[in-house]
Order: sequence, then C-alpha cells, then structure tokens
Amino acid sequence: MKAEHNNEHYVLDMRDIGKEYYGTRVLSGINISLKPGEIHGVLGENGAGKSTLMNILFGMSVIHNTGGFDGKVFVDGEETFIKSPVEAMYKGIGMVHQEFMLIPGYSITENIKLNREITTPGILSRVAGKKLETLNMEEMNKDARKALDKLGMNVEEWVKVAGLPVSYMQFVEIARELDKENLKVLVFDEPTAVLTESDADKLLESMRMIADSGIAILFITHRLDEVKRVADRITVLRDGQHVATKNIEDTDVFDMANLMVGREIKMDSAKSVSNEDKAVKMEIKNLYVDMPGEVIRGVDLDIYEGEILGVGGLAGQGKIGLANGIMGLYNSEGTVRLDGKEVVLNNPEKALKQGLAFVSEDRRGIGLLLDNSIELNIAVTAMQIKEQFIRRIGPFTQTDNKKIRDHALKMIKELDIRCTGPQQITRRLSGGNQQKVCIARALTLNPKVLFVSEPTRGIDVGAKKLVLDTLLQLNKEYGMTIIMTSSELAELRMISHRIAIINEGKLEGVLPPDASDVDFGLMMSGEYHKVKGEEVKTDG
Amino acid sequence: MDKVKVMVNRFGLPRIIIVAFLLSLLVMAVMLEIPLNNLISDALVRTGMNGILVLAMVPGILAGIGLNFGIPIGIVCGLLGGLIAIELDLYGFQALFTAVAISIPLSLVAGYFYGLLLNRVKGSEMTIATYVGFSIVSLMSIGWLVLPFTSEDMRWPIGTGLRTTITLQGRYERILNQWGSFDLFGVTIPTGLLLFMLFSCLLVWLFLRSKTGVAMIAAGDSPKFATASGINVNRMRIVGTMLSTALSAVGIVIYSQSFGFIQLYQAPMFMSFAAVAAVLIGGASIKKANIANVLIGAFLFQSLLVVSLPVANKILEDVSSLAEIARIVISNGIILYALTQIGGGE
Amino acid sequence: MDDNIKITPPELSMGQKIKKTLTHNMVTVFFIVLCIIGFYYSGLTFGFLLNDIVTRMVRNSFLVLALLLPVMAGMGLNFAIVLGAMCAQAAVIFVTHWGIVGLPGIGVTILLTTPLSMLLGYLTGLLFNKAKGQEMIGGMILGFFSNGIYQLIFLILIGAVIPFNNETLVLSSGVGLRTTIDLADGLKYAIDDFWRLPFTTAGMGFGALMLVHGIIRYIKGIPSLGHKPGNKKYILSSVTGVALAGWLYYIKGTESFINFIKVPMLTAILIGLMCVFTTYFIRTKLGQDFRTVGQDRHIADVSGIHSDKTRLTAMIMSTVFASWGHVIFLQNLGTFSTYGSHEQIGFYSVAALLIGGASVTNAKISHALLGTLLFHTLFIVSPLAGRNLFGDAQLGEYFRVFVAYGVIGVSLVMHAWRKQLENKRRLSQQ
Repeated sequence: MKAEHNNEHYVLDMRDIGKEYYGTRVLSGINISLKPGEIHGVLGENGAGKSTLMNILFGMSVIHNTGGFDGKVFVDGEETFIKSPVEAMYKGIGMVHQEFMLIPGYSITENIKLNREITTPGILSRVAGKKLETLNMEEMNKDARKALDKLGMNVEEWVKVAGLPVSYMQFVEIARELDKENLKVLVFDEPTAVLTESDADKLLESMRMIADSGIAILFITHRLDEVKRVADRITVLRDGQHVATKNIEDTDVFDMANLMVGREIKMDSAKSVSNEDKAVKMEIKNLYVDMPGEVIRGVDLDIYEGEILGVGGLAGQGKIGLANGIMGLYNSEGTVRLDGKEVVLNNPEKALKQGLAFVSEDRRGIGLLLDNSIELNIAVTAMQIKEQFIRRIGPFTQTDNKKIRDHALKMIKELDIRCTGPQQITRRLSGGNQQKVCIARALTLNPKVLFVSEPTRGIDVGAKKLVLDTLLQLNKEYGMTIIMTSSELAELRMISHRIAIINEGKLEGVLPPDASDVDFGLMMSGEYHKVKGEEVKTDG
Repeated sequence: MDKVKVMVNRFGLPRIIIVAFLLSLLVMAVMLEIPLNNLISDALVRTGMNGILVLAMVPGILAGIGLNFGIPIGIVCGLLGGLIAIELDLYGFQALFTAVAISIPLSLVAGYFYGLLLNRVKGSEMTIATYVGFSIVSLMSIGWLVLPFTSEDMRWPIGTGLRTTITLQGRYERILNQWGSFDLFGVTIPTGLLLFMLFSCLLVWLFLRSKTGVAMIAAGDSPKFATASGINVNRMRIVGTMLSTALSAVGIVIYSQSFGFIQLYQAPMFMSFAAVAAVLIGGASIKKANIANVLIGAFLFQSLLVVSLPVANKILEDVSSLAEIARIVISNGIILYALTQIGGGE
Repeated sequence: MDDNIKITPPELSMGQKIKKTLTHNMVTVFFIVLCIIGFYYSGLTFGFLLNDIVTRMVRNSFLVLALLLPVMAGMGLNFAIVLGAMCAQAAVIFVTHWGIVGLPGIGVTILLTTPLSMLLGYLTGLLFNKAKGQEMIGGMILGFFSNGIYQLIFLILIGAVIPFNNETLVLSSGVGLRTTIDLADGLKYAIDDFWRLPFTTAGMGFGALMLVHGIIRYIKGIPSLGHKPGNKKYILSSVTGVALAGWLYYIKGTESFINFIKVPMLTAILIGLMCVFTTYFIRTKLGQDFRTVGQDRHIADVSGIHSDKTRLTAMIMSTVFASWGHVIFLQNLGTFSTYGSHEQIGFYSVAALLIGGASVTNAKISHALLGTLLFHTLFIVSPLAGRNLFGDAQLGEYFRVFVAYGVIGVSLVMHAWRKQLENKRRLSQQ
C-alpha cells in the first residue's frame, strides 16, 4: 500500500502512533513525516513520549513484548513492521545514541563495522560455513576511512576508541551509521549533550552536510536555539500527544517553549509567597555534584525556613543530583550550611546526623530493603543514626522489637499505608504504599530539612494526590522545610512555594508557581537568559 | 495444580528432591531391616559436629559476600588452636576450651585481612574465596612440615613435620558428645555436642538482632540502601567475614573432637563445599540465610549421607566409596542449582 | 575537526619500555626467576631437564590451548575443561576394552569422544548462560559435580548395572574399574611413535622455520590485518631462530644428553596445527563475534549478534578441544589414574596459562606455550629443589601445589580488583 499525501514523497512516515502499557496510555495520535534530506526537530519535556516513539521506530523488545503499538510506519512509502534494531538497520534507519554504543577496546574500524564485517572465503569456511570466513581488514579500513573523511575527521582508522576525546567518539558513532549504505533516516538523540560549544557547532555543521546528501534526520533535543539553527521543521510532543508540527520559519524560541510546556486546562498552582520575613534554613554555595547523568556544575541557592521548594528541570540536567549530592551519596564539592552550621559533604552518616533526611527517587534500589518487613524498613535508619529502637546492655545492643512494632503501627495509621500488617515484606506493596514507607522512614528521623525526589513516580493517580497531600500537611502542620525534586512540572506548581529550575547542571532561575508557561519552558530549555537577558532572581 | 506449582517454587525443587530421596531411603532402610536407632544416633552426631561449620555460612551470606568457600582460612586457625592445646599437653575439657579460646582471636585477625581482600573483589567473591582457601591449605601444608611443634604425639616418629592425622584419643575425643548424653528409645543423644551447637546458634541469633547485626543485614541486602542510611558497607562486610571465619575455626575444633582426629595437610581443602551445600539444602540462597536453614540443612544433608551408605551396602556389593560419591554429587549439584538462581547475573 | 591531531601514545624511552614490560608481565618474570633458582638447586643436568620439559610440553600444550577460546568470548577461565577430559577418558577406556590399538585406536577414540564432548560442552554453556558473572566458580563446581557422576558410572555402575566384562580393567569384585589403567599394549604412544625425530634435528628445523617466517612477515607485513611491513619484532624472531639452530648444531658435535632427546613429531605437528587454527580463527567472522561478545555483551546483542549462542559455541569448541588434548595427554602418559587424572587437568592447565602471562580477559598462544613450559619446569624441579634445600622432597611437592593454587588466586584477585575499579570508572564517565 503506497502512501503519499500531498503528492510528496516521504522517506519516513509515522502515522497515528500510539502505545499503551498495561492500561496506561503513554502515546496517542502521533504523526511524524520526513522528506529526504530534511532535518526534523523533535521537542518535548520529560515523559512527553520521545523515547517511547524511538523505541517503536527501532523495534525494541520493550515495545513488542508489551502488546505492540498502534498506528502504521511507512518507509519510502511501504508499510514496514520493524521487530528489532537490526531490522531497523536493514530498512535504512540508524541511530546515534546518547550513550555511545562503542567498544573501547576495539579500533575505530572494528566499531564502525561491528557485525557488518567484510569477509573473504577461506579454507575453513568451505568446510564449516560462512561464519568462518576471514575478516578483510584492508577493505574494512578503506570503508572506515571513507566514512571518517566524510566527516572531516583527521584520526587514523585503526586507532583504538578508548582514549579518544568524547567529541571524537560521538563522530565515530555517526561514522558507523554513515557507513551503512542504505541509510535513509538518521536519528540523533541529544547529540550535543556531552559536547563543548565549539564541538557542538561542528556537529550541527555535519548534520547539515549529512542532510544535504539526501539523508533525513530526526533531531531529538531540548536546546531550542540549536533547533532553530539547523532544523527545517519541528514536532512538539506533550504528555504523549502530538501538539504541533511547524516549519521552522513559522516559529521561534518563545513559541516552541510555550508549546512544550503550556496546557489548555490549567492546573491549580499554589500562590506565590513572599519570603521577606523568613530565615534562611539552608544555604547552598557553589555546589558541584558528580552524579553520573545528573551532574551539578556550580549552584547557589538559599532555602527558607518552612517553605516547600520545588526543583525542576529536564532529565539529565542535574536536578536529581542536587539532593543526592547534599545527602552525601555522590562526590560533591562546595559549601552547604544548615541553620548556619556547615554540613559535612560526601558523608551520608553525617548528613543524616545533622538533621537532613532523603526520600530517594530510586525507591527500589536505595529507598527500600525489599525483602524485609515494613517495620524494619521504617526503623532501620533511625536505629543506626540516632540509636532509637535499641536496648543497651553494657557493650551489647538488642533491637527493641516492641518499640519498632508500635512505631510502625503508628506510621501505618498516620500515613494510611495499605498493607496486611507491619510485618509484610515491602516488595509486596504497591508503589504508592512503598513510597509512604520511605516517607515514614525519613520522618522517623525527625529531620530539620526533608529532601524528596520524584515522590509520585510510578504511582497511580489516586495515590499521587495522597502523597502530595501528605507533604503539604507536613509542611503546614509541622512547618517542615521540604525540598521536592520532580520531573513533573505540574505537581511542582501544585504545592511548591517557589520553583528552582536546573539546566545543564546550573541554576537557571527561580520562578513563582504561577509564572507563565513560556517562562517555565524557556527556563527548562536553558533559553531564559539568552532570550530575556535578565539577572538570575533567587527569591521569586 | 497452580497452587502445587507455587508451593514447589517456594520450597525449591532440589530441596523437594532431596527430602523425597531421604524419605525413600528411610523406607528402604526399614524394609531392609537396618536398625533405625543407630542411623538416627549417627545423624544427630554428624549434625552436631558439622553444625557450626554450616553456621559459619550465615554471616557471610547476610553480609553480602555470598557463599564463603574460604572457610579453610578459619579451619586452619582452628587446627592451630587444637595443635597448641596438645603442645601444651592439656587434657579433657581444659584442652577443648583452650583450643577454642586460641583459635578465636587467630581467626578474627585472619578474617579481618580476608575481609579486606574480599572488599577489593566485589562481584567475584566466591571464585576468589575458593582459590584463597586452596592456597592457604597448600601453604599450611608446608607449614605443618615446618612449624616448631615438639609434642611426640603429633610429630612423625622419623622425619620432620607433623603427622597427617593426630589422634585425640585420651585427650578430648568425643568428650563433648558424651557429656550428659542419654538414651532415648535406643537412640543415643549427644547432649553436650548438640547444646554447644545450639548455643553457638543462639549467639549468632542474638548478634543478628543487635544494632551491628541489623546494619550488616542491611549492607548485604542492599549496599546502596545501607550507604544512604549512613552504614559503612565495607566495614560490615569485614564484620561478617570475621564472624564467619571465627565460627569455622570453632567449628573445626568441635568437628575434630567428635571425629576423634585432627586432620592436617590436604584434608580441609574441600570442607567448605559440604558446609555450603548443607546451608543451601536447608533453604538458604546466595543472598539470604537464617539459623533455621542451618539446622534443617545440616540435619538433612548428614542424614542423607548416613542413611544412604548402609542401604546401598545391602543393595549393591562393594560400595565403600558410595558415600563419598554421593556427597560429591549432592553437594555440588545443589551448589550448581543455587548458582543458576542468581538470575542472569546482570 | 581539529586539524592535524595525531592520536598516538607518546614515545617511551628504552628504560621506560623495559620497566613497562617487566611490570606488565610481573607474574611471568617471577616464575622465570623461580624456575632458574629451582633448576639450580635441583641438581639436574640441563639435558635431563630439557628431556622432561619436551615430554611434558608435548603432552600438555594442547589442553592449555583449549582454554584460549572461552577467554576470548569473555567467559573467563574455563575450569570445566575437566568435562572434555572425562569424555576422553571414557572413550579411551572403551577402546582399550575393545582392544583397538595404535592409530586406528586413536581414531576410534576421537570418533567417540567428539560428539560426547560436544554435548557436554553444550550443557556447560547452558549453565554458564544461566549464571552469567559467576562462570568461573560455576565451572569449578561443575567440574567437581561431573567428577562425582564419572565416579558413579565407572566405580559403581560399571560391571553392576552396565555390563562390562574385562578382567584387566575391572576390579576383582567385578564392579568398578581399577584405579590405574595401563595403555602399554594399546594406545600408549600411538600418536607419538608415528614419527620421532631427535630434538637437535627438530629444533634446527624449527629454527629455520622461524627465520623464514620472520623474513616473510618483515617484508610483507600482514595486509589483511592492516599490519604494515618493517615490524621490528620479526627481526627478533628471525634472529632467535638462527640462534636456536646454531646452538643445536653446536650441541650435535658434543656428548651432551640433549642428543638423545627425541621429539614425537606428529604430536608436535598437531599442537602446531592447533596454534595455527587458533590464530586463523581469531581472524574469522566467528572469532570476531567471540571477541565482541567478550568485550561488551550488551552492545553485541544490540548489534544483532546472538551473544548467548556465541557463548555456547565457544564452550562446545573448548570442551571438544580439551577432550582431544586429553587423548594426546593419555597416550603420552601411558598409564593413567582412572579416578584422578582428569581432576587436576582443569586447574593445572589454568595455572599454566596464567603463569604464561594471560589474564582472565586476555590470553594468547604465547601465554599458553610459555606458561606450559614454566609450569612444568617448576613441577619437575620443585620436589628435587625442596629435598636439596630443606631436606624434604615432600615440602617441594607442597610448594609446587601451593604455587599453582596461589598463582590462580593472585591472578583472579588482580582481575576482580581491576574489574571493580573499571566499573567505578565507567559509572563516573557516563
């Protein structure tokens, strides 16, 4: 079934794409079409659906093992059914990944030709089959050289990839795709994320050059200025839905930011609050955090007593690193003061002892002892840090199981944790209830400041509200200072007093929850200052 | 049918096979008119004498270092304790308790260094443990030849070095087994031995309920969680290793007194495999273990060995090595099963 | 792109190069020193030692070579080659029972053992795929387990459940095989005897080969690998070849014992073929797949290589080669311990490979051959040295065992330590 609309020939046409995971719809009605030689930007916040869309395009098992997808994909007008990344490659679709798929111990040639090696028949192959043909390194080196030359790379093709600078590795990734003869569509996933500005420029130039040779490019990014520079058209996704597709001439940075963030139905946002009379509870100065994937590169921020500070930003930009760094889970540098006293960094024990508590975004990995009881999970940290729930008999200790049980029952009641009893194994609880156990453990420590990361991730809608209400209640009734990190801007706007946006590891700015969608969109894409040219406001 | 499947999964297929095997052997024993009371007495003794060695597995598993194939390190310390007791020409309970008292500090120190090593090889602890164990046994084989022990009871009459097996007859052979022992329906209960074993289990149980014990369990269950709770995971792993090593040292002293001989040179080489297999049969896994696993596993494993020999003897003819072969097949088989249950290793 | 960036490592001074080579090959250097000391104190003449070494190298090299493929495929040290050895022993037992001798006997042995070891290799591979990350301990335990099954079959069931009527092989009770089996009138030296050359002649021939090979490679390079001509290491190998030939020519004129050493040529050629095959194999598509799976299993999978299937293939090949190697071993040894011969094969071969400088992730033919040489030299001299130094041959024995276990232990520790550091580094680079 040939498909051409408007008499145009599309090299890739994804029509009415949708995806449902066990009842939860994550994508619906997505339409993207690419002409040969077109650079098409794909924009969207976290959770907008970009990765899911790419997983569908590349036939990843996570899609067809969970019920497949809705809609149709056409390559060069023919309907195609791609069931694996290798099939995608046969159809001429290539991907330059964010995390390089390169083998450091192999040469550039070997990486470029991975599983597509050129072979010549030899003695063994006549006996034992095609797999025993000898590699023809000469021919492979020649092909690799061609691909490298196309990109203007001046490095020898037989050099090992380990030890190459990051930008070179990025280009080797691209060279690998270019070497594929039938390449029609090349997807770039946040390609400039790890590059310096000058390298990013070179990359965008290469992109233009590749497109000019007839290959269509899907450019996934959040950097609006880059999109403006090289793209021909853009598509914006939001909450799994197709928001708009525009020619680049018909839009600008403001427009794109607004499309990314704005919603028709406004959700309740908290009223912005003035912080003039409030004491500074925590001072963060020049904080650097080395958390893989969420690096912080110098943040200055003041947090006021009794406020709920929201921390937002796009994935990988660093917002998660903030709490993790201060709590000592990753290498950090800088100065953090709590109530005027300096907080010891790189030491989780000290951080906890000084009055900080953390509900981690990694609920199952860091937040819980999955094969242990609810009561133990709630009590264990306080037991170790504050010697609670323990009876001392000389130099020996024994856990006070009665106290642990009583406390657990109290927490179960207060936080409404749905379970069969305090001895139930936490692995069996639903996501929302697991989250409450984590919160209960943090509260048992009676912290001065509570960090909560991604509090409602993976929780169904009903439980989401409960968790957020619990946090609100803690703040209102007990005046607890809460720092809440979340990928969902909407929930930040619902309960925070102020919202700090982290971009590229730095504080882009602080906005009141009722600031405009455009402002939020610009901040999250890092365009705010470039566009507004204003000083960073740190007190809303 | 589904419920049966769930129960089978929960209980573990190999365990079911072993229990079934044991029961069928018992039935055959009865049919072949083999006196059960002797078998049970034997089984009790062997459970008691192996029990503490099996118990040594628990702190290691809980602390996250996996199955401690390196208990030969502790065993060697325990052997040294026993030898020193004889060198000091001690007898009876004095000898036994001196042996225990000496081996404990020795093994704690050895366990500390062993723990440091294991912290450097996270993810490969079991492989390393096996080879460190083998190396130490081989090294000490040289040691037994060279160490300056003088007691006539221990040295070769002609030539250098200690004997391969040193008899404890007249000193503390089976002294613990016989203490307070009594007969019940024809079965001899080795009271002292069982009490000592249960007492050791009690000590470990109390430790697991202390602040450090809980921290150790957390560190083994989820190192990330433990670190985030301010627990020093590396230190907890060393604590578990030290405890495991000390228990294996005490364990071999008790084992030797029950066996009646101190066995040197290559003897300790494969002792870890029996202990590992026992705790796995008792229901433990590479990541989780408790005291019940120890008691059940030691009893099941030893009973299997005790019952299979006379039964096989009656059926087949010359089967003196059958017990040994059965031990090899069963113990390694269950360890293999446990390895495949780690789940992809990713 | 930045113009004119040359990504080449900085040139090291000669002193730095020597230091780097020494530290890289610390274990091997240590063992060379140990062997020299051991030889000195053993009281053996060089001729006697050389004779023993030649015999042992011919006997054991093939087995050690069988370990190379799994290392390439990222499965570490294959302690389960014991299974291949057991297949070989089973085959040899039956062939001896049926009374087939000489080369035809070997032929039947190979025919029997190959499919059996393919099956066992496949099962081993399945186990390893289920226990990823714990292959080495899995292999060790599998070896012990299979040993138990082997004993069950040959000690308990043979004669009783499996009909086996052979008085020379079976114990007097009628059940179970004797503890030693003598191949004297059967397969002993079946391959070796085919063609024996004096060591001096064979050595000179080999030296000549090295010279020719070195010259050709120096002139032509290896174009298919992209290696350019003019590689200095071929000068070194040519010169070594000439030196070897020259020295042996000199020896011919003396009364040295070396003149009486004979090399079983067919066996040596078989080992040579195995080396050639391994080298050739690495340069094939399948060999490259092995390497890719060994380097990064995830990337291999995403690129369309079936990593599980590739690993299975590696295990099957390794087990089959091990069984062939053990046949060579048995026919050279002549008598073997029915229940003990194969047990140590696994860990002796691994120890030899490691002593030669291999690691858990990197093993070459040179490691295998050099390691076999050093390991067995130590094997020969330590009991004697122990007796002369300490008055106790037993001590020398234990020392030898300790060294073998210790080498494996140290090597494993270093590998695991490096792996831990690498994982940490990889996390912080993402």
